[in-house]
Amino acid sequence: MADKKTDYGLLIHYEYCTGCFTCMIACSQEHNWPAGMAGMKVMEVMQDLPKDKAYLAYIPFPTELCVLCAGRVKKGLKPACVQHCMANCITHGTIEELSKEMKGKKRTVLWNPN
Amino acid sequence: MSGKDSDVQIFRTTVWSGGPGCHGGCGVLAHVKKGKLVKIEGDPDHPWNQGRLCVRGLAMTQIIDHPDRIRYPMKRAGERGENKWERISWEEAFDTIETRMKGLREEFGPESGVFIMGTGRDIGAWICMLAYAYGSPNVAFGLSGNACYGPRVSACATFQGDYSVFDAGQWLPKRYEDPRFKLPETIMVWGYNIGACCPDNLFGHWLIDMMKKGTKIISVDPRFTWFVSRAEHWLQLRPGSEAALALGFLNVVINENLYDKSFVEKWTNAPHLIWEDTNKVLRESHLNKDGSEANFVVWDEKAKAAAVWNTTEMAFAGSVKPALSGRFKVTLADGKKVWCRTAWDALLKEVEKYPPDEVEKITWVKADVLQKAARLYAKSKPAAIQWGEAIDMSPNVTPTAHALLILWNITGNNDVPGGNVIARYAYDVVAYALPGAKGVIKLKSPELDKPRIGTDRYGVFKNFYWRAQTDVTLEQIFTEKPYPIKSLWIQAANPLGALGMDLKQWREALKKVDFVVHTDLFMTATSQLADIVLPAATFLEKDSVRSWWVPLQTMKKIVTVDECKPDPEINFELAKRFDPDFQYKDLNEILDAIVEPSGMSFKQLQDQVYSYPPEGHPSHPYRRYEKGLLRKDRKPGFQTPSGKVELYSVNRENWGVEALPLHEEPPFSPIRRPDLFKEYPLLLNTGRRSPAFFNSEHRQIPWLRALDPDPTLEIHPETAANLNIGNGEWVIVENWMGKVRYKAKTTKAVPRWMVMAAHGWWFPERSGKDPELYGIFESNVNHITPMGYQGKDGLGAPIKNLLCKVYKESPSQGPLWVPNDIKKDVKKKKPVVRKAQAKKGGRHNG
Repeated sequence: MADKKTDYGLLIHYEYCTGCFTCMIACSQEHNWPAGMAGMKVMEVMQDLPKDKAYLAYIPFPTELCVLCAGRVKKGLKPACVQHCMANCITHGTIEELSKEMKGKKRTVLWNPN
Repeated sequence: MSGKDSDVQIFRTTVWSGGPGCHGGCGVLAHVKKGKLVKIEGDPDHPWNQGRLCVRGLAMTQIIDHPDRIRYPMKRAGERGENKWERISWEEAFDTIETRMKGLREEFGPESGVFIMGTGRDIGAWICMLAYAYGSPNVAFGLSGNACYGPRVSACATFQGDYSVFDAGQWLPKRYEDPRFKLPETIMVWGYNIGACCPDNLFGHWLIDMMKKGTKIISVDPRFTWFVSRAEHWLQLRPGSEAALALGFLNVVINENLYDKSFVEKWTNAPHLIWEDTNKVLRESHLNKDGSEANFVVWDEKAKAAAVWNTTEMAFAGSVKPALSGRFKVTLADGKKVWCRTAWDALLKEVEKYPPDEVEKITWVKADVLQKAARLYAKSKPAAIQWGEAIDMSPNVTPTAHALLILWNITGNNDVPGGNVIARYAYDVVAYALPGAKGVIKLKSPELDKPRIGTDRYGVFKNFYWRAQTDVTLEQIFTEKPYPIKSLWIQAANPLGALGMDLKQWREALKKVDFVVHTDLFMTATSQLADIVLPAATFLEKDSVRSWWVPLQTMKKIVTVDECKPDPEINFELAKRFDPDFQYKDLNEILDAIVEPSGMSFKQLQDQVYSYPPEGHPSHPYRRYEKGLLRKDRKPGFQTPSGKVELYSVNRENWGVEALPLHEEPPFSPIRRPDLFKEYPLLLNTGRRSPAFFNSEHRQIPWLRALDPDPTLEIHPETAANLNIGNGEWVIVENWMGKVRYKAKTTKAVPRWMVMAAHGWWFPERSGKDPELYGIFESNVNHITPMGYQGKDGLGAPIKNLLCKVYKESPSQGPLWVPNDIKKDVKKKKPVVRKAQAKKGGRHNG
């Protein structure tokens, strides 16, 4: 098991992100960010596919402001975005744990901040 | 959190409206320091949201202490709309309202007072309490055709006695883990984009929870939504053609024999006979003079004779085998022999008009897609249908709801685990009159209900839907027939910007009425036309009860903000003044009376925050029609005229409207109005939800506005290119009612033939003075949406199926809004990022 906090990251199962922005505002509240700033940014990706089809995905992407809620985690809480995500699609853990968890989860991204 | 944690107290309570604005239900932990809300989080132990909380809940600190909040009562100091206000005391506010409204009551009668509320908030009980204490039955929901939720609830009350919703185990504290719950195999999501909202008292993301566990999705939506990307089948229907599509589903399911015949025979009125000459249901009173009109007739296959279904006994006399199908000759009381056929056959005759290829012509949904979707739905056991507000926003709402309700019933999905489960008020706690239910708070006498607006025209309003019909109310403000409207009490509602269509007409209406009071959190265009404005409280500033299905919940007064007062307290004070015999001494007494069926006092309930009714209670699922838990007489069956699910509606027959489902074109469809379609060649759909806002609210909340800063019009990239419109350009959306300006978002979320205009737009940052009124006539699509085209039963309105043309704004007026933070920082020339980081410090990944 990793023990350094720098080995922590987020697993984002974006297949289930509905684009509700909760991660962003949960972060803004937790860290007192002004409007427009947060440790997460939700992006809309409308990908064209052949035969006039498309796929709509939302991807919550951690920004330069993400500190993995170190203060919360120390207290045994989940990061603000992880707890509040309406789709429960963000997991916090060590990169090692998360890379294991990633297997079998379609459309996921593993984010390593360091 | 800044400061010592020991200074912070954490309270558990329930979200409902005032603040997030929503229909509520989420459990929260409110962190309070020195009487101020410093943080709010989802309650991880609450079964409803399981720790989650949406953006509007999470933004409570910005909402509750917002500098623009109305903080004390005010009276108008200039002319209406001049935006001149004078602060007054609560005592003066109450005295003025009492004097003015009592004076108008004296002269014009209590019904001259209309009490307007908005959507399903913690306001219904209290506005009814006030209106009824005043003596007026005229509580109105200010939306054309009352077209949100109520029509579907009324339809369900009409056809199956109770409302039902998709099952997410919300009735059981252990939710998905409860062994009694079964995962829906398939859910048909019909006109309902839950990613962006939690309407109708449902937590939208319950659907996502279940998709993760394997639930398949059928998506019915003209827009290419998140659901569509993940759906097994996508039925991209033309807005306004919902009933034809629903009838197409019935066509496939019935013709391919995919229905549950035993349920149809036993629990629906399919075997009841319809008299062919009159096309009306055959009653016992037709067979013999002493027979009851409330009893119906079947054809007994054993005796080869008519047999009476006794609705008091909920039984036949003796052993009867009712025929499901066939034509039979029945002898009437006068000896005349007439041909009858079963209600099932009458339904089939309607359904046969909608084979998939015919449905394709009406709905633009490919016949094979409909067939595949219908098969998947019917073969999935269990399966659920979740319909959204899109159903209400067509004048044909009731027949549409009827067809869909028949679909979930004949496939055996009514009140089964994982199906469409009957949604009853926990412990049968009903605070006030709701469609299909009467509550603790009621008018003093049925006499007082007689002048209720719309009851003379619409049976469903007279019998189920205890509100004034909105379009008729607006009309009556101008005509003053049969009586004048002299005062408007508008509470937690915004007819001039959110609820009202044809905004200029509403503006004139508000100006015409003698006395207007508005109660809200923030000033809106509606407040600008009021005489008295009262400061309301958020859910964190009030003690109240939330009785909306399961569980039974409470709110707790945790903080206070200046002179803001909770709606229950405002209305209680005035109710006492309006009615000298008002039966409750204090608010606690009435809260106790409301929750009494739970066996708890309000205080006891509040101490435990919420409570789930136990197994065996009528508000606990499943299969309650078998157990005799739905009817007042405790006999198995449903609370309808026949005691069955009504494929043929006796109620509708009584009210002089179609008793069977049918499709009717909305008034401004390309088919109904080819002339208008020539000039306005794009279908105009309105009201797609934004996760950042609840209808017209939250435009002044910095975190939320930044998520969705401008009024957007979704337009297909090809359509836009043909019109020389680029992404992000400002466009004019125009039809026969006028024009509005929107920012184009070119996206394949909409088909080439339709545009989608976001609703509820106004600009709190601009002047509230009439005629600017915070810009409500500029980018609010309701300005070009009509009033007065409600359905034949007074329900539903053409809000999502209009026509328009779109062209580039020239010259461009540019953006409307720059966030305050940016304005401020630009002045100071200080980069935002550096400032914020310096304050926080110690960031390991910076």
